[in-house]
Amino acid sequence: MKSAPFGYLAPVSRQEVLAALRRYGSDAKLLAGGQSLVPLLAMRLARPAVLVDLNRVADLAYIKPWRGGLAIGAMTRQRAAEHDPRIRERLPLLHEAVRWVGHPQIRNRGTVGGSMAHADPAAELPAAASVLNAKFVLASARGERVVDAGGFFTGYLSTAIEPDEMLVEVRFPAMPAGAGWAFTEIARRHGDFALVGVAVILRGDADGRCTDARLAFTGVSHGPLRLTEVERSLMSRRVDAPAADDAGRLASSLLDPEGDIHATARYRRHVAGVLATRALLDAAGRMRGAS
Amino acid sequence: MGTRYFGERVQRSEDPRLLTGRGTYVDDVQPAAALHAAVLRSPHARARITRLDASRAAAMPGVALVLTHGDLPPVLKEPLPKLIPHPALIHHKTQYALAPGQVRHVGEPVAFVVATSRYLAEDALETIEVEYDLLPAVVDLEAAVQRGSPPVHEDMGTNVCAEYTQRVGDPDAAFDGAPHVFRERLRMDRGTAAPMETRGVVAIWDTKTRQLVVYDSTQAPIPIRNGLARLLGLPQSSVRVIAPDVGGGFGPKIMMFYPEEVLVSHAAMHLGRPVKWIEDRRENFVSMNQEREQIHDAEIAVDSDGRILAVRTRFLYDAGAYIPYGIIVPIVASTQLVGPYRIPNYECTFRAVFTNKVIVSPYRGAGRPHGCFVMERLIERVARELKIDRAEVRRRNFVQPDEFPYDTGLIFQDNAPLIYDSGDYPAVFEKALAMIGYADWPARKAAAAREGRTVGLGIGFYVEGTGIGPYEGCRVTVEPTGKVYAATSVGTQGQGHYTSFAQIVADALGVDVREVTITTGDSGAFNWGTGTFASRAAVVAGNAVALAAQAVRQKALVVAAKLLEARAEDLELAGGQVFVRGSPARSVALGDVATAANPLRGTIPQEWEGPGLEASRYFAPPRGTFAGGCHAAIVEIDRGTGALRIERYVVVHDCGKIINPMIVEGQIQGGVAQGIGNAFYEKLVYDDEGQLLTQTFMDYLLPTIAEVPRAEIGHVETPSPLNPLGVKGAGEAGVIPAPAVIASAIDDALGTRITEMPLSHSKLLDLLLDTAPAAAGGARAGGAEMGTGNRA
Repeated sequence: MKSAPFGYLAPVSRQEVLAALRRYGSDAKLLAGGQSLVPLLAMRLARPAVLVDLNRVADLAYIKPWRGGLAIGAMTRQRAAEHDPRIRERLPLLHEAVRWVGHPQIRNRGTVGGSMAHADPAAELPAAASVLNAKFVLASARGERVVDAGGFFTGYLSTAIEPDEMLVEVRFPAMPAGAGWAFTEIARRHGDFALVGVAVILRGDADGRCTDARLAFTGVSHGPLRLTEVERSLMSRRVDAPAADDAGRLASSLLDPEGDIHATARYRRHVAGVLATRALLDAAGRMRGAS
Repeated sequence: MGTRYFGERVQRSEDPRLLTGRGTYVDDVQPAAALHAAVLRSPHARARITRLDASRAAAMPGVALVLTHGDLPPVLKEPLPKLIPHPALIHHKTQYALAPGQVRHVGEPVAFVVATSRYLAEDALETIEVEYDLLPAVVDLEAAVQRGSPPVHEDMGTNVCAEYTQRVGDPDAAFDGAPHVFRERLRMDRGTAAPMETRGVVAIWDTKTRQLVVYDSTQAPIPIRNGLARLLGLPQSSVRVIAPDVGGGFGPKIMMFYPEEVLVSHAAMHLGRPVKWIEDRRENFVSMNQEREQIHDAEIAVDSDGRILAVRTRFLYDAGAYIPYGIIVPIVASTQLVGPYRIPNYECTFRAVFTNKVIVSPYRGAGRPHGCFVMERLIERVARELKIDRAEVRRRNFVQPDEFPYDTGLIFQDNAPLIYDSGDYPAVFEKALAMIGYADWPARKAAAAREGRTVGLGIGFYVEGTGIGPYEGCRVTVEPTGKVYAATSVGTQGQGHYTSFAQIVADALGVDVREVTITTGDSGAFNWGTGTFASRAAVVAGNAVALAAQAVRQKALVVAAKLLEARAEDLELAGGQVFVRGSPARSVALGDVATAANPLRGTIPQEWEGPGLEASRYFAPPRGTFAGGCHAAIVEIDRGTGALRIERYVVVHDCGKIINPMIVEGQIQGGVAQGIGNAFYEKLVYDDEGQLLTQTFMDYLLPTIAEVPRAEIGHVETPSPLNPLGVKGAGEAGVIPAPAVIASAIDDALGTRITEMPLSHSKLLDLLLDTAPAAAGGARAGGAEMGTGNRA
């Protein structure tokens, strides 16, 4: 378990990173927190010609206000996001989601951008980004562009990031006032990649009837999966136990996950519904009538 | 013997060193100019090697040596030694140092590269060209014994390498005449011991003195020394094997030989330079021995009161691709199955079966968890069918305290009669039931149900054969400083020998325990021994330590008597002094006695048996001593997700006299963790081609602190009459009944009939959905109440 030979660059500025990417393209691999890449290197499953280490690059780790929400620099450690009071206050769903990522030791190294760019189908942050309608800022020597969560996650371990681009920032719009939220997941062991997870945001009118529902699942598809049919089915309903039950059942019926050695397809399908029901009820409990 | 330290919770003297990173594990041995080895392993479970070309590797810069089977000296081309033969083991196939043209499991060594760094050695592995002619792999244990299965070893024509039956009484007649017979098909799957420290070998060959020093992360340094000397053509006195700090053994590190132990030593001699090989975790998954896979067809005959009339099991034992260690594991499973129960008629038959999977040898428990699982499942089946309380069924069948020594009629793994030496199973049992609160459990369970919680209580009882022979030895020396040194060759993998053995010595010599230094696992420090396995170190080495320390004590009295002009029988040892009883001023320091025992002039009396304040003694038990215990647990199951949380875990344990309760409790807690892993988390998954799908700790799930509760531990002490200290082994106690206990608890919670281990979230949910169709709807209602609080 020693990596194959590779070149190593340790740029200190974005410009240097982008120049390296323009030069090496898909032969280069960006190293952020290393929680996925370093084991892949050690097992020789990843064999980049050049490793571009982002850990010395200035101005990639920050959390700053953005249009009432927050913009998070790609190299922000997950642990920093977890403990940031503004995230806790303005994006409580993200705060909850990040706490499910691995263990504190992993979150101390792992980055927000790294988790997004790696796009593991079981990962928490992509699902949170999906229901929060996050925007991804991609930079290259050609300039910057912004991609919505819906367009960013393109498939199994795949994103819209081009070979000469890097993810520099993730922008999270503020959660709607009075919105209810929940994030829950089930893993074989505490801290493992989830077998199934679900992120929920709910808004309601003064009568508690649903005006906006967003559900994203992890572990049941090639990436974070929004189930718009379930979301629509909740509209104008009070999210009580029968409604949440119906929504969970509907979610199960719509999913077609793959099984693996950790859980069968049947398990994931069934439990996705169970967790959706629970998360919806939790979110409904946190929801306040729209002001 | 004094009792100052024996039985006390003496802090482990090794911990400050180990916990602050100052241990010396094999990877910490860094000889100057060492070369580094890497192993090319078979990617296929069963294949012929049709072409092997390592010429590019040999030509790479930094590569010092490339070995394939054809490059080895004749003795290393042969299959490696047969460890423990048995008359029933007809096909005793053993592994090769390097595959001779056919590979039989993924991970089997094919070539060996030595280079200036491990990186370069692994680069070189990639250039070795091997062409394989793939053969159908034998993976499934039951398929392997079907007619028409391909043979793992073609010259056998079958995959069954041993079939063995033990019989007590007349089981056939008992089954024929029994009012009730219940049958179960029970299986346990494969796991790995996953020691924190993987295997590792460093070999240093001194070309001038022709001495070979081998650092090896092994549990058995002396047998390794003896075997290496034979294979390498060296006198035993020219080979020193040191097992330094070893980061977990659990059984698999008592193999001999793993190919790398031979290859690294051979390469060091061949090159005249130190060679180092550290197994990486991925290698560990495909090359360190595994265990646990057995399928039992078991049946029990009882009368209408639930009294056992007969038990019978026929089982398959997966040996993996080779069987160097013999049939120890299935013999242990067969014989320990009977547990604490009086079983007048018993029959066990096993077939040991080759498959194209990693070699199987004992792993902590070594067949006992299987036996316990089978017996305890049968007992609970009886209780359910006859509607008798499951505790009561056990009570009615326990061997009673006045029946010891109790002869089971079986022959144990040490080829000695399996006779329980002492015990009090009812006392252990009632204590465990009291601790877990068995009496009011129905009320608590009903209360939990009213809160929407699904809970269950599980029980499991086991008897553990420990402390088998042949022997261990110890040399105790008092130096002129007054400090005491004791050396035994058993290795230490975290068991606390540095402390518990020191307690024994300190009591005998009346010194502070901190004045006693223990050396273990170094063939250069003590020349004879077997190893640390089968829960035997405290029993066998511990008593050797006691005997040697007593001998030194006697000698100290004799020598001091001369110095103090007193009679030896009037002297006492305490505080590092020998003094005249009643006149403590008439004293001499133990160190001064040591000096006097090694004079520069004059002579030493015959009765001193040699110079110095020193003695070596051996302890050779006639047969094993039998520990036992009862575990009980309370679990909660999330009906919506199949999540299992262990709320409480109680252990009541009898290992005879306890040297250090803190160390025993640590052993038990660690074992419980492994047992919980065996029950719900740890499973090696092979696909149909024999590829291991679980080769990382992301896929092979060891339970963590979040999954393992702190065991609540109670002790019962029935001293063993078979050794002077009255001790029994405790090494495997924690792990043995855990799968049986968890199965029992799940059954209690869900009304299921668990027949396999390990389980998982997915399997539990299948049970919930398939056995109780109404559960799905209820799951949502109940689940909603549980909210998101299901992380544990």
